[in-house]
Amino acid sequence: MIKFSLLQLGDALRSKKISSVELTQLYLDRIAALNPELNAYITVNEEMTLAQARAADVQLKQGEGGALTGIPVAQKDIFCAAGWRTTCGSKMLSNFVSPYDAHVIEQFNRAGAVNLGKTNMDEFAMGSSNETSYFGIVKNPWNHKTVPGGSSGGSATAVAARLCAAATGTDTGGSIRQPAALCGISGLKPTYGVVSRYGMIAFASSLDQAGPMAHSAEDLALLLNVMAGFDERDSTSIKCETTDYAQDLSKPLSGLRIGLPKEFFAAGLGADVARAIEASIAEYRKLGATVVDVSLPNSRLSIPVYYVLAPAEASSNLSRFDGVRYGYRALEYTNLADMYEKSRAQGFGEEVKRRIMIGTYVLSHGYYDAYYLQAQKIRRLIAQDFSDAFKQCDVIMGPTTPTTAFNLGEKGDDPVQMYLSDIYTIAVNLAGLPGMSIPAGLGDSGMPIGLQIIGNYFDEARMLNVAHQYQQVTDWHTRMPQHVKV
Amino acid sequence: MKWEIVIGLEVHAQLSTSSKIFSGASTAFGAEANTQACAVDLALPGVLPVLNRGAVERAIKFGLAVGAHIAPRSVFSRKNYFYPDLPKGYQISQFDLPIIGQGGLTICVPETTTEKAYEKLVRLTRAHLEEDAGKSLHEDFRGMTGIDLNRAGTPLLEIVSEPDMRSATEAVIYAKMLHTLVRWIGICDGNMQEGSLRFDANVSVRRPGSELGARREIKNLNSFRFLQQAIEYEAQWQIDTLEAGGKVQQATVLFDSDKCETRAMRSKEDAHDYRYFPDPDLLPVAIDADWIERVRKTLPELPLAKRARYVADLDLSAYDADTLTSSREMADLFEATLSEVPREAKLCANWLMGDVSASLNREDLDVAHCPISPQQLGGVLKRIADGTISNFAAKEVFKTLWSEGGDPDVIIEEKGLKQISDVGTLEAMIDKIIADNTAQVAEYRSGKEKVFGFFVGLAMKASKGSANPAQMQEILKRKLSNQK
Repeated sequence: MIKFSLLQLGDALRSKKISSVELTQLYLDRIAALNPELNAYITVNEEMTLAQARAADVQLKQGEGGALTGIPVAQKDIFCAAGWRTTCGSKMLSNFVSPYDAHVIEQFNRAGAVNLGKTNMDEFAMGSSNETSYFGIVKNPWNHKTVPGGSSGGSATAVAARLCAAATGTDTGGSIRQPAALCGISGLKPTYGVVSRYGMIAFASSLDQAGPMAHSAEDLALLLNVMAGFDERDSTSIKCETTDYAQDLSKPLSGLRIGLPKEFFAAGLGADVARAIEASIAEYRKLGATVVDVSLPNSRLSIPVYYVLAPAEASSNLSRFDGVRYGYRALEYTNLADMYEKSRAQGFGEEVKRRIMIGTYVLSHGYYDAYYLQAQKIRRLIAQDFSDAFKQCDVIMGPTTPTTAFNLGEKGDDPVQMYLSDIYTIAVNLAGLPGMSIPAGLGDSGMPIGLQIIGNYFDEARMLNVAHQYQQVTDWHTRMPQHVKV
Repeated sequence: MKWEIVIGLEVHAQLSTSSKIFSGASTAFGAEANTQACAVDLALPGVLPVLNRGAVERAIKFGLAVGAHIAPRSVFSRKNYFYPDLPKGYQISQFDLPIIGQGGLTICVPETTTEKAYEKLVRLTRAHLEEDAGKSLHEDFRGMTGIDLNRAGTPLLEIVSEPDMRSATEAVIYAKMLHTLVRWIGICDGNMQEGSLRFDANVSVRRPGSELGARREIKNLNSFRFLQQAIEYEAQWQIDTLEAGGKVQQATVLFDSDKCETRAMRSKEDAHDYRYFPDPDLLPVAIDADWIERVRKTLPELPLAKRARYVADLDLSAYDADTLTSSREMADLFEATLSEVPREAKLCANWLMGDVSASLNREDLDVAHCPISPQQLGGVLKRIADGTISNFAAKEVFKTLWSEGGDPDVIIEEKGLKQISDVGTLEAMIDKIIADNTAQVAEYRSGKEKVFGFFVGLAMKASKGSANPAQMQEILKRKLSNQK
């Protein structure tokens, strides 16, 4: 059953082959058995979860409910969920129980999905290895000595290890696509504005976007159907024309023009990753696609631009965590300033503090023009590169990450090396474009490799079609880590 | 050599929207602490701001009222600083791209014993939208501070003037004119006790003709009296400091209303770096010409235009026109009354500024709550104008209307207040008075004309005040002298 797609699970539930409570319990048992080692979940609450499953069973019994009714889905701990502890991977919110639901949580609740628990993540989504979480590292189920990627590492591990049917993630610079690639699953970051950010704890508001993480493009389409939609509580939310992201899944790919940016195949790309991507492009040619070379000349600047803009927004977004109204407050302090300083010094981890420092610096009087304004200008150039490229192609493809999963602790001391693991994903966030990663092979070490597919604005349905057709003729997305017991 | 005082004002007007600028919580004043603060106002993790359209419309209205440029595109920025009553750790405000650009307001400074009345244009630099902070309550918490976030997120329009004012009096007149204007156009309730209008005054002094001196900013003045006192104290302090050979440093100061003095809060050196940057949670505000025109149609005739019209078309004095345009309610009452007696502008003005205002003051009522309707008042004035009743009798009708209501004509009838203009009736009455008071008649005829008043009194009494005074005096004079 844990190998079932969401459609198959839905059928099984509706045909009473299994109840939601049984299915949910199956996953809860797997979590109880495997999570102590993998640490994919920060919070599991069997009582609340099973209550939702029972409610789903009532609906199913009455022949009601939608595509996801009764299906257990894991939620990244960045989404506020009423009654659930919502930590964002930080000591700062280790005691915060949300009084309200994020838009994404509301949408899943409305669709009848069961909230299986809150998944681990880099603290405030700042990290590429899930090593910055206050709640401990997460292990990659393919090899427990390696990282699952980040920041949605808990969700990626939970999906890969079959500790949930599907999960949510958020992607500010690659936080869905990179862990999806490293854990051998499929993940989609929609166009900025497609999924409401309301109730999603902000890291960098102009880049943050929520999306689904699952085993296949087909599953992603069903999940995106639930997650997407205009929300008046988010001023950057967009009314989209697409109502069914699964509508184009089965379209043939003949005539598809794939753009390959030369910058994505330059120095720094692992040889095994390059081979796998080339093989998957060959597969696409067989499916009728043509390939064109494109160029994204400014994408080389995406990491420095990102590490100006994202920390700038973060430094301001994280100001609300001041120990005054909720969250962590230092036990001892002498006055107001001391309370702020100690609460924030003790409540935030090193990486978060590093980014607050960088962000505060680049926004400071006398530096703003040189850093923030300059970065905004380059951001527009990066977006323009993509617009130019999309005049020649329908989708852009390349590796999601330069290498397969690296070892735990390997890059912990060198932030810049860590930041470079997002080199292929960040430009997509800066441009606000949709991007996804799907499994496309195994590397020299037997670890998964991700193929990144980048689409034009609001072209998610086509991207899912492109991914789905590949998954009809390959089986990378069905591979399971050896450690995972079925 | 004389000193010149230079003043610029920043006025914070709370906009009269029913919900907050970025959330749906109520803006009503006086609720129990923290009962009008929703998740957005509390800055819970994950919440987002959504701009209140009503706040934007009120800003547009203001811009139109002061002839200002209305930006087709303006941007909200974050002003970052930590304070317990600032839940997000930043205030959403506007920085380099405000919604309202340059405009102006003409102030009318009345005559004094030493100076003639004059008008002066105070230029407005800009006006921008922002959110108010909550309140820190330092009393009643045993050494701790209480936080009330009901006010957090209340929409404010910050109206910034150029340093165009040259005395505390000018500053107060400007502030009062703004106070009138924002209520007039219905964007702010102007309730000073509730903090709906607050002033920051930038004050500097210089020798006339020289460069501007270093300014000190007096923060958060919430009454016209404090504004006047604070500027006067501050200007004198700066003059004294300079004359004693000292220097004025740029600083932010607070006004202590108990001691009536200003005190430095922070100097330029420890000024905050607010790290402004565009708020990525909010889109730029786009205002097209259509929207501006739709708002323009909702604007009433403005006080200055009305004032000019009253002087030019209705032949009222500048003083009368000023008083009648001191609030929109007053002007509305005046115009509604005038429409009942269209040719009697001066009579209407006199009554509104006289008996009506006095009665309102006595009972501590504002114009909007005047118990007499314009139709009733107009009905009384109509009867004065057509000679049916005397001014004296009219006061009686007014009193009755004020306390009991009713129709003026019915009251006049019931109380028998109609003027007696019938010559026969008046002559018979006067004949009787002359017959009954032969001694006084003799005195009058012997040249003691002062006794005339005595006869007038008797005649008014005999007619219960309803004798047409002019006619009655004419008959009285004729009868007294005829028999000389």
